[in-house]
Amino acid sequence: MPAVPLEHGLILAGILFAIGTAGVLVRRNIIFMLMSVEIMLNAAGLAFVVAGSARQQADGQVMFIFILAMAAAEVAVGLALVLQLYHRFATLDADAARTMRG
Amino acid sequence: MFDLLWLIPALPLAGFVILVFIGPRLSNLGVAIVGVGSIGLSAVAAILTGIEFVISPPPAHAYTLIVRPWMQVGSFAPEIALYLDALSVVMILIVTFVGFLIHLYSAENMIEEEGYSRFFAYMNLFVASMLVLVLADNLVFLYLGWEGVGLCSYLLIGFWYKEAANGQAAIKAFIVTRIGDTAMAIGLFFLFNSLGTLQIQEIMHRAVEQWPVGSGAAILAAALLLGGALGKSAQVPLQTWLPDAMAGPTPVSALIHAATMVTAGVYLIARTNILFTLAPPVQFAVGIIGCATLLIAGFSAMVQADIKRVLAYSTISQIGYMFLALGVGAWSSAIFHFVTHAFFKALLFLGAGVVITGLHHERDMFKMGGLRKQLPLTFWTFLVGAASLAALPLVTGGFYSKDPIVWHAWMAPRGGLWLGMGGLIGVLVTSIYSFRMVFLTFFGEPKAYISKRPTVLIHLPLVVLAILSVIIGFIELPHTLGNVRIFSNFLSTALPAAAAADAAAQGETIFEILCAVITLVGIYVAYILFLQRPKYADDLVAHATAATAHRLWFSGWGFDRLYDKLFVGPFVWVARINSSDVVDLIYSGLAGLAQAFHRMLSSTQSGIIRHYAMGIAIGAVLAIAIMVFT
Repeated sequence: MPAVPLEHGLILAGILFAIGTAGVLVRRNIIFMLMSVEIMLNAAGLAFVVAGSARQQADGQVMFIFILAMAAAEVAVGLALVLQLYHRFATLDADAARTMRG
Repeated sequence: MFDLLWLIPALPLAGFVILVFIGPRLSNLGVAIVGVGSIGLSAVAAILTGIEFVISPPPAHAYTLIVRPWMQVGSFAPEIALYLDALSVVMILIVTFVGFLIHLYSAENMIEEEGYSRFFAYMNLFVASMLVLVLADNLVFLYLGWEGVGLCSYLLIGFWYKEAANGQAAIKAFIVTRIGDTAMAIGLFFLFNSLGTLQIQEIMHRAVEQWPVGSGAAILAAALLLGGALGKSAQVPLQTWLPDAMAGPTPVSALIHAATMVTAGVYLIARTNILFTLAPPVQFAVGIIGCATLLIAGFSAMVQADIKRVLAYSTISQIGYMFLALGVGAWSSAIFHFVTHAFFKALLFLGAGVVITGLHHERDMFKMGGLRKQLPLTFWTFLVGAASLAALPLVTGGFYSKDPIVWHAWMAPRGGLWLGMGGLIGVLVTSIYSFRMVFLTFFGEPKAYISKRPTVLIHLPLVVLAILSVIIGFIELPHTLGNVRIFSNFLSTALPAAAAADAAAQGETIFEILCAVITLVGIYVAYILFLQRPKYADDLVAHATAATAHRLWFSGWGFDRLYDKLFVGPFVWVARINSSDVVDLIYSGLAGLAQAFHRMLSSTQSGIIRHYAMGIAIGAVLAIAIMVFT
């Protein structure tokens, strides 16, 4: 099986990361923002895996498992926050929670 | 030897301390006993000291009593020391004796006033300060008395502090004299810096050794001391405080004008006469200032309506005579005029006080009149005082003290035609305003009635002062009239003889006759204008030129307005501008800048999470870009 070139993998990771970032920045629905953050995390994980495979080392996959664990924790906290937000403001619009402005 | 010397200033000071601490709890009688008694005992001590000084003069006719060291800073070690010579003997006798009579009078005159013990406390401190001033052995100790006198004048002029105008008069007196005091303090610094001592006799010795006549240092030192003297003695250009100082009770005016305070400048110049001899331009300036002052104040005195203001201007004018005498080197004549002036001016003020108190604090002479019958004794004593002020020939002390001054002013090497002429015009003016005062107050139709008759406590000082005003003249008679020289011989051990005074009595007779005639003419003019034909005076004032002069003189030659424009106005202007603290603008500007930045930053905290995320993203991009491209 021919190996995927490193550049291709990294470009894909970069595209995914950009999509995720754009999602965080433009979406107002907090669920979608959370999902966009997941995409960004996975883009970073993909970059690790691609780099690990290119160097024939296991470190990249170790880091990906680490990211998976962290993403799980993040989703747990994030969903709890989403629930609280919904309770308090009866909406999923992140801009509604702007009472913390200076 | 001179065991009582230290008691002379200590007794009034003790009286002050007692009155300050337990005065309010004493009865009025107790306050009077402490207040008057301390000065009385001090006067007795002064008289005994004076007698001892005459009978068994100390070696070199000077005695120094070192009470204790005061402070020691390097080579600067002033002592609390009293210096007794002929000049200080004369000064302490006048200060304590006239001071005692004024205190005696106040005991009765002030009895109904609130703050009786406060009054006597201040008066005692006043006399104590003046005694320190005239007895001090070094200039630092003298300066202590000098400032004490200034403080007490402030306290006493503002004695009736419940009226704002009195407080303002007190502040004015304090600030105007302070201008002079500052010059004097700088003079002390300069003297110590260049001569290394402030002990008065030592200064004189070293000055003669180190400074040639007319050298810049001598001129500077003498000019700075003169500045102090001008302020305290109310001479042009610092004379404006004295007429306003009339806001105080009448005994205070008597004390300020006769025995203490205003004569301090005369004393200072006489005491440091060697320094002034070394600086001929400054000494000449003393004469010019004296001459100008005596004329300016004399003309102002002629048109005042307030009896106390007449007396105030006359004091300025008479001190002007003393300065004139000092300026032409007639040292003992100046001190002799101080002595006679102390008696007759105290007498005049106390007499005026009787009138003012009797008429419910009425001071306008045009509302008085005809008081001769109602207050016979006050009238006669006041007449003696006014005659002495006007230098009525042959019988009054004022004649024997003023005539030599005019003569010296004209004839002495440092004098001249103009100074002499000024003095002669001053004689005319003095006699006019003195008798204007007498005629308006005591003659003519009665316009007011005395409600309060003076008692013996008030009559006694008046009679004693009247007698002294007359007989004091006979201890110093001119060459042509007996040539009695008791006073100047006594002072000759402390003050240099007047130049050319004894060489030839040239022209003295002419001057005596001239002075006498001028005085009589002045009295006659006053008689015509203010008693026989008051219409003439009214016509005169109605005339345009005369009216302008009248207004000018009435306002004291507009000095107050000039100073208001020149100094007070700009000062108030600067103060108003600076009331918002110009320097603070820098610091409040810094604070404002920080606040502006703060507001900008706090507006970025919008509460919208996407904005924060945007910030993080842009920051990350920038950070990476910097890392990649540099």
